Amino acid sequence: MRSWIKKFTQATVAGVVLFGVTVSAQAADTIKVGVLHSLSGTMAISETTLKDTVLMMIDEQNKKGGVLGKKLEAVVVDPASNWPLFAEKTRELISQKKVDVIFGCWTSVSRKSVLPVIEELNGLLFYPVQYEGEESSKNVFYTGAAPNQQAIPAVDYLMKEVGVKRWVLAGTDYVYPRTTNKILEAYLKAKGVKAEDIMINYTPFGHADWQSIVSDIKKFGSAGKKTAVVSTINGDANVPFYKELGNQGISAEDIPVVAFSVGEEELSGIDTKPLVGHLAAWNYFMSAEGKENEAFIKSWHKFIKDKKRVTNDPMEATAIGFKMWVKAVTKAKSTDTDKVEQAMIGIKVPNMTGGIAEMLPNHHLTKPVLIGEIQEDGQFETVWQTDGTVPGDAWSDFLPGSKDVVSDWVKLKCGNYNTKTKKCSGQNF
Amino acid sequence: MAAFTAPAVEQSQLSDNTQFSDDTDTLSFEQAVALLAEKVNFKQQEENLIRLSGYEDERVYNILYSFSKNTLFYVKETKELVSAVNVGDSYKVTSVLAGEVLDITSKSSLKKVKSKNSLRRLAGEYLAVLGLKSKNVSIRKKAVYDVIKNVDEDAYLTLSKLVKTEPEADILELIQVGVAMWEVDSDIQQTRLEAIETLSESLIPDVRVKLAAFNKKTESGEYVETDKRIRTAAARAVGKIDERIGFFSFLDNVVFGLSLGSVLLLIAIGLAITFGVMGVINMAHGELMMIGAYTAFVVQQVLPSHIGLSVFVAIPLAFLVSAMFGIAIERFVIRYMYGRPLETLLATFGISLILQQMVRVIFGPTNQAVETPPFMSGSLEFNPIFAITYNRLYIFIFSIAVLLALIYILKRTRLGLQVRAVSQNRQIAKAMGVRSEWVDALTFGLGAGIAGIAGVALSQLTNVGPNLGQAYIIDSFMVVVFGGVGNLWGTFVAAMSLGVISKFMEPWAGAVLAKILVLVFIILFIQKRPRGLFPQKGRAAEN
Repeated sequence: MRSWIKKFTQATVAGVVLFGVTVSAQAADTIKVGVLHSLSGTMAISETTLKDTVLMMIDEQNKKGGVLGKKLEAVVVDPASNWPLFAEKTRELISQKKVDVIFGCWTSVSRKSVLPVIEELNGLLFYPVQYEGEESSKNVFYTGAAPNQQAIPAVDYLMKEVGVKRWVLAGTDYVYPRTTNKILEAYLKAKGVKAEDIMINYTPFGHADWQSIVSDIKKFGSAGKKTAVVSTINGDANVPFYKELGNQGISAEDIPVVAFSVGEEELSGIDTKPLVGHLAAWNYFMSAEGKENEAFIKSWHKFIKDKKRVTNDPMEATAIGFKMWVKAVTKAKSTDTDKVEQAMIGIKVPNMTGGIAEMLPNHHLTKPVLIGEIQEDGQFETVWQTDGTVPGDAWSDFLPGSKDVVSDWVKLKCGNYNTKTKKCSGQNF
Repeated sequence: MAAFTAPAVEQSQLSDNTQFSDDTDTLSFEQAVALLAEKVNFKQQEENLIRLSGYEDERVYNILYSFSKNTLFYVKETKELVSAVNVGDSYKVTSVLAGEVLDITSKSSLKKVKSKNSLRRLAGEYLAVLGLKSKNVSIRKKAVYDVIKNVDEDAYLTLSKLVKTEPEADILELIQVGVAMWEVDSDIQQTRLEAIETLSESLIPDVRVKLAAFNKKTESGEYVETDKRIRTAAARAVGKIDERIGFFSFLDNVVFGLSLGSVLLLIAIGLAITFGVMGVINMAHGELMMIGAYTAFVVQQVLPSHIGLSVFVAIPLAFLVSAMFGIAIERFVIRYMYGRPLETLLATFGISLILQQMVRVIFGPTNQAVETPPFMSGSLEFNPIFAITYNRLYIFIFSIAVLLALIYILKRTRLGLQVRAVSQNRQIAKAMGVRSEWVDALTFGLGAGIAGIAGVALSQLTNVGPNLGQAYIIDSFMVVVFGGVGNLWGTFVAAMSLGVISKFMEPWAGAVLAKILVLVFIILFIQKRPRGLFPQKGRAAEN
């Protein structure tokens, strides 16, 4: 048996090596683009799509003649949903594969694991997922939403348009929900919501038995005030959660749930009946009308060769990040990290949902915020959206620690500048 | 438009909107209905609904009902309003004005009328008023229930008329509660006290809120309610209600616990055979469940119009598919490793990774949608605060049935006899003519098959995806070890008690801490009794 395992391991290693060789053994004079998304393990479910998006963007750019007269070449690695492996793969991409830019990461913990490496080796990372903020690195561009571009507007919508007076903040127990809920709690209290009208609940990853919690929410919501659930529940735990809501007779009309992690991709894998009418807040919906979006969906279907595949918010963020990087490289006439980093700021690319995305000095984007109701076909119908775009704020104004901190990579050359003590703390991790 | 108001009141409230008043006078019912299909904003659509509810036409109910259920569409070309109800894999499209079934089966030629939560709620409020007069018992009951949440003068007058005519006892009770909700605010003390008395019998949450409000103080410390007798009566009524709520939430926890326990039982019972009886640490047990769940998915793809039937087809099929995988694993891997638990553990862990990646390659890394059949959605309501959801109820019954079937197989069949003989003493069993290898393979297949069945049950509760197995493997080992290796009753008792313990801890400790506490409890328990709740006794226990 030992020999069997040994043989198996050898075969796997050989396979991986071969794969790596075929990918990197192409023409020498290319610009290399690293793709750092999990293709196996728990996060493969979300990240595989983003890998395909980057490959599609590279494909399209090469058809247009590449960048700076050179073809783009993708270097795909699989960090296998293993957080320390993200750091190792980053090092491999920059030091050995000599990539000029990396598109990657999904979870905050994977980004935090990459951060020290990318800063040490002075690489460039585009991070395409909504996250909890409280970070701004010179080497990272955040093309997903900061809390003030998703969570805060969603709460505003519920408060003003729906008249919600009682709040359940339900989340999976890890850094993104914890920080977001901390910001939301401070925000709600600042708006005059009493502590007794806020219920905070955390559940483990992949929580499947929601009976007691949904029953608690039902009790909490029967106090005679309009109640809503703000959900930062992650991925897999959502289906049993919504099913339980439906079974216990809680409809979207009684207690609406607004989710920050449920998008078209997640909805395509579940029976949507119990979710119809519940809400989600994103910066992009596949159903958004507009030429940019239509073209994007069309080329995605063509690339993936499946008309049923959906597009979602992190895909849009990946595409915008990619377009911006191309523009910045063209503008800087170089792929050198420092030059591209400076060229990036101020670059403008149209959003697919309207308005212009502009890269701000704090490495975040301007984005419109949309609230959509889930439909039976797994798409969203927009019921509300912000008038214009909202600039991303790296450091929340509602947390005591980060209120006085600003990020500005043009004037201050600092991602963590305290306006009170007038000091720049370089530490991001 | 959150507050409930009857149509008549609505018009006077909106009388400043002259445009609107003119419309009602001039528009025919058909025109008013057609407006719903126009391209409008939410505010205009709200006006359209309010206007529509003012018409005395029996079709209003159906239109509002379709609207509130999200099934109101219009034909793109003709702008004819229709209701489209999903029947199997096609749609039954009915014209709401003419009442005829149209010859349309797909949704592509239809577009949904503009709607959102608050509008559907509004439609629901109008429906409640209309539903009071319905002849259908369940519609009437629902209508009274909805009206109670917000009784105004019109609703009160309607309800007090209905008290005299309502034939159904339980609806009559609800109507009386509705009447009392209004009378409790009257001017006569005696009426109010009687109303409070009536309300104290009701478990509807809005009633408790109403009663509790009498003892609220304003910011200056004064009671909102000036009558002291009313306050004491209300406080007593709230106390009485709370007592009953306390009892039912205790019952709730027991039911939740048993239901979690039945899921634990299902996922652990297959392992109780492979690990308990055969002593094989099978880390791929979770993936065998995953295969069962994917079988349920495939069956549903083949039978898209028979969702209910597909579940029953999937159960035996999942058993067979998982059992085949199990037998293959035993024949090709595990049989070379009997007596070497550590290597079995590593090898089966490797198999679990291979199976996961296999599923990713075949079905893709994303989750697959397994629909819940209608009979498994919703809940069995005993009273407004206590209900058992159907899917949990069926899974409980199902897990008990699986347990009994398995006990029967082990205790009453020839295979069971041989399995027990081999697990107790392989050499002697062999000497008696039992083909021990054949028994090993079948036993492992049986355990794997049961895992497949558990997978079908899980497909109704959670995601069907490559990670399904990982989420449950720890729990299943926990149950088997706690129950005592090699004892099915032990597994049963362990699953149920762990379920109930978790559910009683969750409300005050939170889901995360409850899970940790349960694990700590088991570690301590195993320290004290390493062989679990029901250890095997006799000679077999020694090896």
